[in-house]
Amino acid sequence: MDMYDAPHTERDVEQKEVKISARGVQVYYGETHAIKDVDVDIEDNTVTAFIGPSGCGKSTFLRCLNRMNDTIDIARIEGEILIDGENIYDKRVDPVQLRAKVGMVFQKANPFPKSIYDNVAYGPKIHGMAKNKAELDEIVEKALRRGALWDEVKDRLDASGTGLSGGQQQRLCIARAVATEPEVLLMDEPCSALDPIATAQVEELIDELKANYSVVIVTHSMQQAARVSQKTAFFHLGNLVEFDETGTIFTNPRDKRTESYITGRIG
Amino acid sequence: MTDATNNPGASGPTARKHTSLLTIDVNTRKRNRAEARFRSYGIAAIAIGLSFLVMLVWSILSSGLPAFTRTVVEIELTVTQEEYAAAEDQLFKTRAYQDLLVGSLAAELGEDVDPESVERIIGSPGAMLRNYYTANEDQLGEAVTFKLPTSSRTDGYFKGRITREGQERSTFLTPEDLDLADEMKENGIITSEFNWQFLTGTEASDDNPVAAGIGASVVGSFYMMAVVLILSLPIGVAASIYLEEFAPKNRFTDIIEVNISNLAAVPSIVFGILGLAFFIQFAGLPRSAPLVGGLVLTLMTLPTIIISTRAALRAVPPSIRAAALGVGASKMQSVFHHVLPLAMPGILTGTIIGLAQALGETAPLLLIGMVGFVALKYPDGVAEGLLDSNSAMPAQIYTWASRADQIFYEKAWGGIIVLLVFLLTMNIVAIVLRRRFERRW
Amino acid sequence: MSPFWILIVIGVVAVLGYVGARRRAMSSASGNIRNLHSLPNFYGMNALLAGLVPALLLLAVWSAVQPIVIKQSVQSIILDANPDFGSGQLSLVMTQVQRLAEGLSNAIGAGDLTREQVFDMRADLTDVRGRLADLGVALSGDVTQTELQAAQRYMGISAWGDTLRAFAVIAASLLGTAIAFVKTDKDYRARNAVEFMTRMMLLTAACIAILTTVGIVLSLVFNTVEFLRLYPAWDFFFGTRWNGTSQLGLLPLLWGTLYISIIALIVAVPIGLFAAIYLSEYASKPVRAFAKPALEVLAGIPTIVYGLFALLTVGPFLLDVFGDGGALGVDWMSGATAVMTAGLVMGIMLVPFVSSLSDDIINAVPQAMRDGSYGLGATQSETIRQVILPAALPGIVGAILLAASRAIGETMIVVLGAGAAARLSMNPFEAMTTVTTRIVSQLTGDADFTSPEALVAFALGMTLFVITLGLNVFALYIVRKYREQYE
Repeated sequence: MDMYDAPHTERDVEQKEVKISARGVQVYYGETHAIKDVDVDIEDNTVTAFIGPSGCGKSTFLRCLNRMNDTIDIARIEGEILIDGENIYDKRVDPVQLRAKVGMVFQKANPFPKSIYDNVAYGPKIHGMAKNKAELDEIVEKALRRGALWDEVKDRLDASGTGLSGGQQQRLCIARAVATEPEVLLMDEPCSALDPIATAQVEELIDELKANYSVVIVTHSMQQAARVSQKTAFFHLGNLVEFDETGTIFTNPRDKRTESYITGRIG
Repeated sequence: MTDATNNPGASGPTARKHTSLLTIDVNTRKRNRAEARFRSYGIAAIAIGLSFLVMLVWSILSSGLPAFTRTVVEIELTVTQEEYAAAEDQLFKTRAYQDLLVGSLAAELGEDVDPESVERIIGSPGAMLRNYYTANEDQLGEAVTFKLPTSSRTDGYFKGRITREGQERSTFLTPEDLDLADEMKENGIITSEFNWQFLTGTEASDDNPVAAGIGASVVGSFYMMAVVLILSLPIGVAASIYLEEFAPKNRFTDIIEVNISNLAAVPSIVFGILGLAFFIQFAGLPRSAPLVGGLVLTLMTLPTIIISTRAALRAVPPSIRAAALGVGASKMQSVFHHVLPLAMPGILTGTIIGLAQALGETAPLLLIGMVGFVALKYPDGVAEGLLDSNSAMPAQIYTWASRADQIFYEKAWGGIIVLLVFLLTMNIVAIVLRRRFERRW
Repeated sequence: MSPFWILIVIGVVAVLGYVGARRRAMSSASGNIRNLHSLPNFYGMNALLAGLVPALLLLAVWSAVQPIVIKQSVQSIILDANPDFGSGQLSLVMTQVQRLAEGLSNAIGAGDLTREQVFDMRADLTDVRGRLADLGVALSGDVTQTELQAAQRYMGISAWGDTLRAFAVIAASLLGTAIAFVKTDKDYRARNAVEFMTRMMLLTAACIAILTTVGIVLSLVFNTVEFLRLYPAWDFFFGTRWNGTSQLGLLPLLWGTLYISIIALIVAVPIGLFAAIYLSEYASKPVRAFAKPALEVLAGIPTIVYGLFALLTVGPFLLDVFGDGGALGVDWMSGATAVMTAGLVMGIMLVPFVSSLSDDIINAVPQAMRDGSYGLGATQSETIRQVILPAALPGIVGAILLAASRAIGETMIVVLGAGAAARLSMNPFEAMTTVTTRIVSQLTGDADFTSPEALVAFALGMTLFVITLGLNVFALYIVRKYREQYE
């Protein structure tokens, strides 16, 4: 199929169940007010894209969704983010459990310096998902298949993950993330370090993943957002400027700033 | 790309079991316990490390501080012209003075006091009396107040080094003597004062441990450090400039680099062997001389100084060099006029830390004969300071630590306090330098 | 002429050269600085360096070679008279000759004797020893005619050599200055010449590191070879007994060294590693700002302090616990000095060494690794144990090897804390001795440097040098490889 047209033809406009709902989110890095009062509803089985000029807060907001900002000492978060109606910043929530539910793929592929098998098996092992080696093998195979990497690596699962090509490494990281059976998959500019062919492979994979997950992707490429997402949020200077169907954002933006960005006047 | 579509919904939304985030499951609870355990190992490690430090510092202070005080007998004595003439006539002259002193003290304490007991308490300061009167004959017939150090055992008793139980069978200082000493203390005859002699004195023999001081070896250390500074700073800076700014990337440069990093890890005693074999046996320089010690320590310190100087040079951004070259300065001028002055604070900090390391080094000094026993006098001038036999602080401490009489242990700990005061000062200077002049590019 | 006066003379020559060359350069440019190739000071510096550098080099080389030449020549007199002298006897006689020559020179210098008197002296006619003793020079034995002759030859050659040296060095200085002066001209590239010489001096300074290594290797190798001529190599390397005089077996010393080092590492590695992990991964800023320098204080404390701590604090404490009538009621320990004492204290010393190296290495693991692991829902300890430590493992192994090399080469702690008895035992509460302690004990005191008892120290030093060098090279290689991986 022609992947450049596919998202448009298959675009799903019917209302889906809300997976993540953020209300009044504020993020401060020390003195800097990085995210200003963001409200957003992210749906299940949908690819939602965050776009905006660099430094606009889109990655910061993404990292709030699985509390990755907790690892930064100076970050402070206010407001509430609900996943399936539960506030993830509630005192009772253990970020470890949260992150098993909300997986993450990073800008630069970061496979661990271990074998391909161990990279994928790492999550399931720490979360105690497999009772024995056979089950673990099964999980690893399934994850690698979902990551569209199985056929390429099935004969060398013991080879080091760092020895793969850039695109393969990123798909390995995606497989690693889906191996823990998350419900949400966060992707922080997953293709920014990849060449066009690898990018196309990953984008196709993202489109397939939405069947099982709610996918949130941060991208600096408007074309990519247009290709892979159903919903798009435009961030600017820490504000969520506009959030709508991807088609609407790109063809008929309501806000002046969105239009300027889409047409390349800011950014 | 077909893998995923071949297995649609194998574990799709329907198969997904929903778990609440608000309740923590058993597995997570177990993992969090493991986490807490692991973290506590870290805290324990830090706590153990810090408690070592505390123990060390406590050991040093509690055992070393007594070295800075001494127990003295305060007595007013009048020696007449006749007594002086009689004493100077005898064969054992200091003995005669000793008798005068003991007699006078015993008289002051009362009739039932055993003079021998007094003598065991005050030790043998007769020589000091004689020295005083032969130098000040005009004081004969006048009342003079003396403060004379007691015997090392009495000193030990008042500092807690010697216990009453330990002296039950002693003939050198009996329990009855201790009673008398306590009485003298109450009368104010025995007092305690700051022991200047420990700071200014020289090494003393086993018969007179009270007199031993660290002064001469401080001077020895000073001359060594002067040699180290004068040699290692220019050589170290020159070598670093060459390696960092001029050296071509080739095998030879690699050899030098590997060499320097290896030299930094060669055991210090090997440098001592080098000093013995090369400077003393081959080059014929005198044994036990601070000059040789300084040369050995220079070779040992050079790698440290080179490594820190190179780091300081590297921290100067290339734009500075480019700017100098851009206005037509030669490479040499750009380095000497711009890079070097900017790197100077870093270089000095590294040098001071290298010197501090050298100051505390002991093993190589023992091999070139700078043991504590030779620190018997102060040098008369710079040449003697460099070439005459002398010791250095750490070697003097080692010598005291390996002696039999316990009072020397106290001296060794006290010597460590002196040494650490020097090291602390140097490190503080280095830190201040760094804080004051550090530049962030 | 003494070196001091030679230095003064060539210093004056060089300064005159500086002034002269600078003037000449200015006048050749007819007083206009713009006509010169280099700044006038460079012309002066050029002449100054030309007057100093070759002359100083010559002075240094000459001063190093002259004693060797004299020694050879004087030795031949003694050997001619006593062809059956061994090397030990020869060195004794040579010391006597040297003393004698120095004494006689001093006597001439002080005006007590004239040159003629000294060179006319005959041992069978004059009581040389008595006369010198009157002048304050003590000799160890009566002076034979051969010795006196040798001393006279010694004085003759060295007087002649000193004069010749003064001439040669001053001539070199004058020649250098003159050449630089003649070359001075407005078009002469003085700056380049000066910079070339400066560069050469910088290179020389850099080569001192190599010379030091060469010096270490030579002094170890020559004396070790000498030792192995006097004592069978097999008995040294594989001997199991050591008494410091007739039995010089390496194995008990090596065992003591390794045993103590192992205990030290058992103490230092877990504490140091966990401290590093805590400081780099868990500790808040203020805790890190306090604990890291506090731990590093331990690294700045001289080893003599640790030695004393072992001997007077830790040793007696262990004795109270493990000794006869101690707290545990066991009688494992009989004296304060023991393998355990030295090992524990050395472990304390190595804690900051291991922790700061590991800290650097753990910090070099990229943040992306941590993010990847946290993103999967790993706890911090899981991330550390399963991602960071495996990634940092080569570097940490390198750090541990460096620590091991430190432990093996450490001297003062074992000299004071380990004891002096050489034995091959497994009991860590027994006193044992190490390679470094034996080096110290064999070479301090008045040992004769030609006897096997003293020479064995060099063979021990050689062993120590080879072991630590091997460990260092290997460790530095691993650490460097590891750094490259993440750069």
